[in-house]
Amino acid sequence: MNTKNKPALLQVRELSVEFPTRHGVLKALDRVSFDIAPGEILGVVGESGAGKSLTGAALIGLLEPPGRISGGEVWFEGQRIDKLGAAAMRALRGRKIGAIFQDPLTSLNPLFTVGQQLTETIQAHLPLNAAQARDRAIDLLRQTGIPAPEARIDQYPHQFSGGMRQRVVISLALAAEPKLIVADEPTTALDVSIQAQIIQLLKRVCREHGAAVMLVTHDMGVIAETCDRVAVMYAGRVVETGPVHQVIHCPAHPYTIGLMGSIPAMDEERERLLQIDGAMPRLNAMPPGCAFHPRCSQALPRCKEAVPQLLPVGATHAACWLHHSEGRA
Amino acid sequence: MSALVRVQDLSMRFDVSPPWLNRVLERKPRQFVHAVDGVSFEIPKGKTLALVGESGCGKSTVARLLVGLYRPSAGAMAFDGRDTREWFAAKDAQALRKRLQMIFQDPYASLNPRWKVGAIVAEPLTEQAILTDPAAIRARVAELLTLVGLNPADSAKYPHQFSGGQRQRISIARALATAPEFLVCDEPTSALDVSVQAQVLNIMKDLQQQQGLTYLFISHNLAVVRHMADQIGVMYLGRLVELADKPTLFATPHHPYTRMLLDAIPDIHLTGRSRVAVQGEVPNPLNPPTGCSFHPRCPHANARCALERPALNELKGIRVACHAVEEGRI
Repeated sequence: MNTKNKPALLQVRELSVEFPTRHGVLKALDRVSFDIAPGEILGVVGESGAGKSLTGAALIGLLEPPGRISGGEVWFEGQRIDKLGAAAMRALRGRKIGAIFQDPLTSLNPLFTVGQQLTETIQAHLPLNAAQARDRAIDLLRQTGIPAPEARIDQYPHQFSGGMRQRVVISLALAAEPKLIVADEPTTALDVSIQAQIIQLLKRVCREHGAAVMLVTHDMGVIAETCDRVAVMYAGRVVETGPVHQVIHCPAHPYTIGLMGSIPAMDEERERLLQIDGAMPRLNAMPPGCAFHPRCSQALPRCKEAVPQLLPVGATHAACWLHHSEGRA
Repeated sequence: MSALVRVQDLSMRFDVSPPWLNRVLERKPRQFVHAVDGVSFEIPKGKTLALVGESGCGKSTVARLLVGLYRPSAGAMAFDGRDTREWFAAKDAQALRKRLQMIFQDPYASLNPRWKVGAIVAEPLTEQAILTDPAAIRARVAELLTLVGLNPADSAKYPHQFSGGQRQRISIARALATAPEFLVCDEPTSALDVSVQAQVLNIMKDLQQQQGLTYLFISHNLAVVRHMADQIGVMYLGRLVELADKPTLFATPHHPYTRMLLDAIPDIHLTGRSRVAVQGEVPNPLNPPTGCSFHPRCPHANARCALERPALNELKGIRVACHAVEEGRI
């Protein structure tokens, strides 16, 4: 595939991840493709087990064994990174690609002060001496809205509240000025009032530093107000992708329509919520054809036989046979 | 309309003092957390009162007090006109327990993994000696499972064979086994995905209409609360700061904390909107601020708010605890 003349920062092409088990190989990601442009915020949304966190982990080479990439390509700044060795990947992680995880307490080391953790990261990636690294760490803490950073830099993670810890994690991710940040459910562990602060912070600092973000979340509201584009995942596949406004207001895939209808809205009163019966199939019992067909009210005979491709529908791309008759597809 | 549940100045304080030896040797004082501090409300029959607030505001403690899992430190609760503090200790406490049941947050932790679903749902029936004939119990379990949209044949399975949403339905079936009038639901859908959450919320609404159930619905999600509730109470650090009918609360929120909460919710229909995030975090409940506990974060706070604790006063049909609202400053 020619990647040189495309402006995308990150290109994921037909990425598949599988887990070999005693009962056979489970396919957790099935030919996932998407692009992220420089400075863009891409939301990846889906229910638990849809493979959204796994996509993030696969990109930054942090798949837990026995999970492995079984196919596809990942290109970052024109370089193929899915086949990089552990050392080359480690050099890339933190320097070019930062990561923010869900639980800010477990992503910080409780035995070191936040200053030690920040300066370690800064010195690992940038040619700065200890004093310069400390200044930079204080500056980063100030940018992420931590009051009195000169004093708090010498404190331990347990002395910070949940929201403050997540601010520290964001400064860690930004420490080496990465081009891309993979943020996996960064606000899920926080209260709503803190959530709003962290989302705004993430949006602001990424804009200031020119970093693109892949924001993994199950919260459609967070996606709606943060992202430029969104990819909806279901059972290890991307079922719909497009500009966030289009996907929310005129979704094409029946799963996206159901997902939007099942969210209680703040601005309108509905007697009943739209519900999608059933639950997402387990990996060891994946139906043939489109994975959504057992729950889909509009399923066609064809849906049970062949997997639909992600093709343009109106302003978005959707993987659904309803929109691609054989002639058009 | 008569209130089925009436709560007056309910308080719960937990002793979190250091051990006796530390107190004596290191002269540490006794310490208490006021998890619930003077909460009053009533729930009319067949209606839903929702309590919302952030973690640590005491909403789950209220739920546990109401079903008798904790004994309140002060205040009164009445169910159907009778004082429940006395009723829970009385000889006929079974009669009360039969009439109120609880649904817990985590369907993975609230069902015994070693019991079959049939035994889980039948437990309240046998425990309360409502039915004794095994055939009658089986028939009632089948009826309950059907009611929540499961198959009667599911009673032979174990909880691990079900998804999160199905497990929460099993919890609901168990709670309905004694044909209660009042259900306390503590974050019943927070552990579930949105499409599954919709299934559970729809079932709960249908059951309320069919059986005239009264709910106390606890949630931190205002959108879910808006879908379920008739009346909404907003809690902050153990106190009720605003209590109003649903349409009033959403149309004209009065308390600054309620406004902040409403503003903090990301809404899917407002793409690209930038919100005014309120600064600061919930203070430590061990050492709550003086006066109004919200004043350090409140944009309308003045000297009076820092000194004097506002009471929950009636104002144009709603109840709100705020000096600024009372004085007409906001």
